[in-house]
Amino acid sequence: MIPAMSQTNPLQQAFQEARAFQSRRWFFKECGIGLGLAALHSLMGDKASAAPLGSHPMAAKKPPFRARAKRVIYLFQAGAPSHLELFDNKPELVKWDGKLPPDELLKGYRAAFINPNATLLGPKFKFERHGQSRAEISEIMPHLASVADDIAIVKSMHTDAFNHAPAQILMNTGSQQFGRPSFGAWTTYGLGSESSDLPAYVVFSTGGKGSSGGASNWGAGFLPGSHNGVLFRTGGDPVLYLSNPKGVDRPLQRDTLDAIRELNQERLGRVGDPEIATRINAFEMAYRMQASAPDLMDISKEPQHMLDMYGATPGKTTYASACLLARRMVERGVRFVQIFHEAWDQHGDLTRGLKNNCAATDQANAALIRDLKARGLLDDTLVIWGGEFGRTPMVQGGNDGRDHHPNCFSMWFAGGGIQPGITVGESDPFGFNAITDKVHVHDFHATMLHLLGFDHEKLTYRFQGRDFRLTDVHGEVVKKLLRT
Amino acid sequence: MNVRSTFLSVALKGLSLLGPLLILWTGRAAGPTNAVAAKSSLEHWAWKAPIRPSLPSTHDNRWPSTPIDRFILEKLESEGLRPSPETDRITLLRRIHFDLTGLPPTAKEADRFVGDRSPSAWLRTVNELLASPHFGERWGRHWLDAARYADSDGFEKDKPRFVWAYRDWIVNALNNDLPYDQFIIEQIAGDQLPTATDSQRIATGFLRNSMLNEEGGADPEQFRTEGLIDRMDCIGKAVLGVTIQCAQCHNHKFDPISQEEYYRLFAFLNNDHESSMTAYTPREQQLRDTLSRQMHEIEEGLRHTTPDWEKSMAAWEDSMRGNQPKWTVVLPIYHGENGERFYYYEDGSIRAASYAPTQWTAHFEGTNLLPSIGAFRLEQLTDPNLPAGGPGRSVLGMAALTEFKVVAEDLALPTNRITVNFLRATADFENAEKPLESEFDDKSAKKRTYGPVAHAIDGNETTAWGIDAGPGRRNQARKAVFVPDKPVAFPAGMRLKFALSQNHGGWNSDDLQTHNLGRFRLSVTTSTNVVADPLPATVRHFIENIPRDHRTPPQMGAIFSYWRTLKPEFKEANARIETLWKQWPDGTPSLVFARRTGNGPGEKRAPTRLFKRGDWLKPEQEVTFGTPAVLHPLPVDADDSRLSLARWLTDPRSPTTARVAVNRLWQHYFGIGLVETSEDFGVQSAKPSHAKLLDWLAVELMQPSTPGVASWSMKHIHRLILNSVAYRQSSRMTPAAFERDPHNRLLARSPRLRVEGEIVRDVVLSASGLLNPAFGGRAVYPPAPAFLFQPPASYGPKTWKEESGPERYRRSLYTFRFRSIPYPVLQNFDAPNGDSSCVRRLRSNSPLQALTSLNEPQFVEAAQALARATVIEGGKTDEQRISYAFRRVLSRSPNAHEKRVLLNLLGRQRTRLAEGWVSAAELATGKTETPVDLPKGITPVTLAAYTSVSRALLNLDETFTKE
Repeated sequence: MIPAMSQTNPLQQAFQEARAFQSRRWFFKECGIGLGLAALHSLMGDKASAAPLGSHPMAAKKPPFRARAKRVIYLFQAGAPSHLELFDNKPELVKWDGKLPPDELLKGYRAAFINPNATLLGPKFKFERHGQSRAEISEIMPHLASVADDIAIVKSMHTDAFNHAPAQILMNTGSQQFGRPSFGAWTTYGLGSESSDLPAYVVFSTGGKGSSGGASNWGAGFLPGSHNGVLFRTGGDPVLYLSNPKGVDRPLQRDTLDAIRELNQERLGRVGDPEIATRINAFEMAYRMQASAPDLMDISKEPQHMLDMYGATPGKTTYASACLLARRMVERGVRFVQIFHEAWDQHGDLTRGLKNNCAATDQANAALIRDLKARGLLDDTLVIWGGEFGRTPMVQGGNDGRDHHPNCFSMWFAGGGIQPGITVGESDPFGFNAITDKVHVHDFHATMLHLLGFDHEKLTYRFQGRDFRLTDVHGEVVKKLLRT
Repeated sequence: MNVRSTFLSVALKGLSLLGPLLILWTGRAAGPTNAVAAKSSLEHWAWKAPIRPSLPSTHDNRWPSTPIDRFILEKLESEGLRPSPETDRITLLRRIHFDLTGLPPTAKEADRFVGDRSPSAWLRTVNELLASPHFGERWGRHWLDAARYADSDGFEKDKPRFVWAYRDWIVNALNNDLPYDQFIIEQIAGDQLPTATDSQRIATGFLRNSMLNEEGGADPEQFRTEGLIDRMDCIGKAVLGVTIQCAQCHNHKFDPISQEEYYRLFAFLNNDHESSMTAYTPREQQLRDTLSRQMHEIEEGLRHTTPDWEKSMAAWEDSMRGNQPKWTVVLPIYHGENGERFYYYEDGSIRAASYAPTQWTAHFEGTNLLPSIGAFRLEQLTDPNLPAGGPGRSVLGMAALTEFKVVAEDLALPTNRITVNFLRATADFENAEKPLESEFDDKSAKKRTYGPVAHAIDGNETTAWGIDAGPGRRNQARKAVFVPDKPVAFPAGMRLKFALSQNHGGWNSDDLQTHNLGRFRLSVTTSTNVVADPLPATVRHFIENIPRDHRTPPQMGAIFSYWRTLKPEFKEANARIETLWKQWPDGTPSLVFARRTGNGPGEKRAPTRLFKRGDWLKPEQEVTFGTPAVLHPLPVDADDSRLSLARWLTDPRSPTTARVAVNRLWQHYFGIGLVETSEDFGVQSAKPSHAKLLDWLAVELMQPSTPGVASWSMKHIHRLILNSVAYRQSSRMTPAAFERDPHNRLLARSPRLRVEGEIVRDVVLSASGLLNPAFGGRAVYPPAPAFLFQPPASYGPKTWKEESGPERYRRSLYTFRFRSIPYPVLQNFDAPNGDSSCVRRLRSNSPLQALTSLNEPQFVEAAQALARATVIEGGKTDEQRISYAFRRVLSRSPNAHEKRVLLNLLGRQRTRLAEGWVSAAELATGKTETPVDLPKGITPVTLAAYTSVSRALLNLDETFTKE
């Protein structure tokens, strides 16, 4: 009805619509045709016209630079996995097992729990090299090893915080202080949403506990609230208040929404506030979400071989289900999916804990990569795996635990413009300090934003007189990670 | 405006009416990079104190009726715009109700207002609503955002905390129109005012709203420092309107504030205890005062009937003085990798802090050079940093000691060691044996009790020494003495290994279930056959250390109160006093701030140092207290107290304080402040839309021009705004006007704004008749999905005891606020979670909001309640009933079209219900059983059909929008 919609200022559109609505109302009224879907469609704009009326901060946007990745799946391994048992093989540490670390190593070092006189602890698992890339991966992640050539491992991560909550907040928001927007929120702020019936930023929590950083890990911070990650459950109502209340079936919900819409339109015509058009839009999207979210969540519709590949069981709330759902979501236009798996805080029971965790996650991680690749989605979907810090080469407790350690840890990346089949960075012979190609949390963020088509120094939001960035005042793009 | 990108301007305008200042990939803002203020930044308007501007002249002299109108009109005229006409009466009434109380007017109020067109009707409404106790609730919430109020600690454990007495203090202060300067002074330094009242101490909860990390391995000193940084941030945003926190790591990039100046301000806040006091409700206070008086009268009576009491007490005192053995303090150090963190004080005492395991044994080791030990002593000491002052760490400041064990190791030959076998234990106090309270339940089948001190050496892990003396008397120092079967003797001295077993906490260390020791001290003596000194520590101190004629009346009183309990002839009076103590009110702990006195262990005032790059592990040069040079000077007689800081903040010479206060007020009325960046008035701030008006209001706040109005009266400013013509304009928008001023900065119309999340819920509860308008008290737990409070949605299991009674329907202000699990209804409507100070909420308009208002159980319940009220009270015909429900929700009557839409909905649902497509019982009540208590002639189908109509009404944009 309104040609060249995307060229028009949305507010103008709203008014044109409101005016049109007023005159059309007469038309419909006099002709006895009630305002139906036709009016609604024109009022809301179609999915195809991309820019619905009124305020719509979630409209899909193009980034300023070439984007290698259009969406992100961030597998957050909360609790901090031990790099020394998973990726960072340290034969030297075997020899030093039970011995005190050299003095110079511990100079100025603060530990969360352990005494300064804790001895070194050799790695609990064996490593082997895999694929053409000869990537070194622990024996407890055989599935990941099978996709070694599709991932890039970084062994030289380091961070500033060594308590869980501040470190998770730093990893997710670029600051140890609460109140900043999360990486996911920055992403939807920069790129908007490609889905008209699902949230742009979806979060799962699948571990034995919730994450230490809580809702702030996926918060919008000072960005508008629509950038908050939306916590989905893998069982029950996937989104809060998604189901109709008792006694309300879908036709009744539709009838109710129609009445609400008509009355809201009436008010829009009277007071001319385009915010009402946005609300009409929001109610319609909610209605669509009521149908699409349960459909999306129903993994029983996946073929058995797919369920087997992930190790997912319909109706079971697991990390594997969340990974499969993550794929289903990015297929449907969700911009950012983040799975928090809080399980990796092995102060004790390191051996068994890691085995269990890998049993719960390794197969699904590999399946996700394989599945995305097979669907042609891996090229522009960025997959990130990692926790908030590493673990000490020193033992905690008897001989089967490691303390928090910020100086060195490992992460891996895949797809979305990441160079596959490489390993970046090294740590010292104890896995204590990252020494070559060090990647700080801020560098990680800078690199991810680069892949999404942003200069991390220029994706800013003015708040309290300052242009805030995900990377604060730091961060350098890790060029070695970029696909050539 | 501050939009530098044409690329995004479209998206930007789309960002609702917020007009956030947003810059995308357009390069960094220019500014001096290294702090040293460029000359121009010193010239910034906000650094100069406001001077009352003269009232502008306008071409149109009929429209403006107040000074505010003149400023608004002057600007409009200069832009070639005209103000909007006054809005209709109903909209006006709803507007002022939403603004002042957050509750919609009743139909009766609407009738009265519409029917009375005299000018006094408006004045009367303004006065009535400003005097409504709901005013404080409505405006208190705005300040609580700024004060980052929440009911939990934040971070991983996010344990509940008690600070609601502070929330109630805010509500009362605003209702009483406590002058704004005093409002700030009491929150920052109420405890330091001369003769500070309990209420003034409670006000310092403001400074305690910082988050607190007590995860395992957390260093309490690190998070004490982070709390300070947060306090600075909050004072900067909420009071000063200066982003001082930008100078934490380096000199401020834009404003002339150096890093050193940041730490000079920091020094005012750096020497305090994170304390907690027992707060009493007004009723409890009354009871407490009565009981105190009665006890005092009984004691006075004893003195009266015992004329020689003074002589007799002195003789007793003399007999007691010096009768204790010499105790040598052991200085043990904690030995363990997990568990609590400890502060070691100069008197040898130890205070537990941070993560508190609920069941554990703390191991301490220390050297003792005495060749022989005849007895061991454990003192439990009070401390301002413990709950209610301690001496323990439970919510009430209590502790239970399960077992006290010692191994002594020969210093000459460490393999030569003995496990001490204790024969007898005595204490100055032990509570009567009782089972553990439910909060200490450990989910085991074991029957666990605490009481006599002998339990601490009985080798039984289910029994403990308890020190709970009940309300009013619990929080005092206690001691126990443990005597071994034979003296522990190693001539060369010995290494003592203490195992303090504390297994009387609950099952969940992520909740408030600890029962651990708080502050304590370990000593030994060579004497044998020792019993614990029965005298309370304070009484012992007075009689040993303070000469009789130097004692204060309270000190004398304390000695008397103990002494009388020893006199058989006072038996009857003692019993009466004991009975009164049993009635003492419980009170509630409330977080407060308390100054380190400088005297005594743990009271040392530490120097403040500048942290290199803001890192607390890199302290550099010492800095003294002070304030930024760009702002007004600190009086010469100022000291490093918070009171000096508070007085400086509220000094009428402050260039920003009053401006910030009136600007925030303006923002809450008009959606955007006169300075849009209400947290930042610095060089980078948004240019004021009406600079002169801002200054006029700021000066008017401090020096009101109306006779009889007190300085700093906020209600005065409210009145000025409400009585302006500008406030009463219509909010109707035309496309042209919208294009001209999309964010309504010129105020050629009134704003049209969706109300805050709390008010959305309150409006719905109120319109449906469910609202319980009670005031104050503990936070409440309205319905919420249970899974949210359990892992893996929550880090640890949280307690959310859903209210079954009328507390379900309390105003949202009283909803318990977990920082890590925000109440979803409020979160979906943009309520901040209290992580940090928020002086400006954003408003989003999202599908999650739609799902909430459509489907959330309380919203549905509200629709059901409204339907019931409608069929009972709404008249006989459907038309009448529709109008009735409509008016309850929207205060106005529906027009013909609106009526028809709703009648259609009603009719269609009636049919579908009658045909059995949906269950009438379920729709109308949420339950499957047919409702039986219906009025005559009302069928379940009718009730259900009206439920669907009510639900539609409660979901209208207009319902929760201030128009």
